[in-house]
Amino acid sequence: MTTETIDRIISGDVRSAARLMRGIEEDTPDALKTLETLYRHTGRAYIVGITGAPGGGKSTLVDALIGAFRRREMKVGVVAIDPTSPLTGGAILGDRVRMQQHCTDPAVFIRSVATRGWLGGLARAAVGMMHVMDAMGKDVVLVETVGIGQQEVDVTRLAHTSLYVLTPGSGDSIQMMKAGILEMADIFVINKADQEGAYRVKMELEAMMAMQGEHPEAHEQRQPPVLLTEAVYGKGVDDLCQEILKHRDYLLSYGLMQKREHERVRLELAEALEAALKALIDSRTDHELYESLVDDLVQRRIGPQSAASQLIGRLSRT
Amino acid sequence: MRAEKKLRVLVAKPGLDGHDRGVKVIARGFRDAGHEVIYTGVHQTPEQIVSTAIQEDVDLVGLSCLSGAHLFLFSEVLRQLREQGADDITVIGGGIIPDEDVLRLKDAGIREVFLPGTSLDEILKWTEENVCPASSGQEPAR
Repeated sequence: MTTETIDRIISGDVRSAARLMRGIEEDTPDALKTLETLYRHTGRAYIVGITGAPGGGKSTLVDALIGAFRRREMKVGVVAIDPTSPLTGGAILGDRVRMQQHCTDPAVFIRSVATRGWLGGLARAAVGMMHVMDAMGKDVVLVETVGIGQQEVDVTRLAHTSLYVLTPGSGDSIQMMKAGILEMADIFVINKADQEGAYRVKMELEAMMAMQGEHPEAHEQRQPPVLLTEAVYGKGVDDLCQEILKHRDYLLSYGLMQKREHERVRLELAEALEAALKALIDSRTDHELYESLVDDLVQRRIGPQSAASQLIGRLSRT
Repeated sequence: MRAEKKLRVLVAKPGLDGHDRGVKVIARGFRDAGHEVIYTGVHQTPEQIVSTAIQEDVDLVGLSCLSGAHLFLFSEVLRQLREQGADDITVIGGGIIPDEDVLRLKDAGIREVFLPGTSLDEILKWTEENVCPASSGQEPAR
């Protein structure tokens, strides 16, 4: 990869960007080096995370949001994450099915990515892809997570604004009380609001948030709005888009954007560090010892903690 | 059959044909072999298929058509891929396709055509032998 590649990507070239994303997924040294250089050209895109249970309409909502942002003449990037099969390593990436009406719009770039075993609803490559779209000059990057439900806090910390999508009948207030969801979302979206019970969910949510009171860390003292949408018909989506931009203004006007950016970057660093350490450990692990420890574990001769200590002890000696 | 190298594959249905059972079976077959499959749903225009193939940086495009419009639609996908400088992407086809059209499609640049009755293993084996993952990190050919 050359400075030519960098220039091409910055001028919005889709082929070069798409190929770089491939390299990021495969962890090729060349691609990672290019990404490193490209990083200096990022930091302008506004990142919106979309999370929530499977089947809640996240992809359809993203599709409608692309339209809403385009009507505001903003350029849009989408990173759509789907799960990798733990058995075969294969994946069916189907989020695009709902977004195909936008795929020939040159101001829109949609990329599907498989989790490849990464937890937290994200794919490790997703962060790099966000950077590439940012460098391409996208004004807003929408990141749609896998939709496992309650363990998707990561994306909310990687986004400037995070949406949590739920549907009428997707669980009672006890679900909402569980840690993570209420504290992390900036905007709640009740999609499929034509179904029975939408207003009840809205009321329950608002009641729960009112009860939460003034948590010192929770949300900079702003109560997240709860919006009703019918994404298939585009209903309520313009309001949602407006609400996202309002949240951006809010972050900017209260000087919170910098704080958020710090948190975001801190998490990116943590993830990069974790990945690098994991790679280091993998490359230095004594595989014979590893396998014999697995046998010991199966035979219950030792526990996992001491097995791990033994491996780490060996590492620090090499 | 388990693939040795992970490919990115786009399976797509161009045109007005809405019969997607076959293409879903193919998608699952590729997934179970360990590939990453992008599925775009039915009623795709050649423009949509080509821009998806480029945005997703796929190695292989599988087109399915059961309506009889394969000659025009498949050739149009190939033409637009060439126009975009993306004709390094392998394109295969399948569906209800008369024998005499198979040759015409191959002449047009469809690398292989799989007809009804073909087993998944046959398709996966052909893919294994004929398609390589794009050397990621390298600039795409222009």
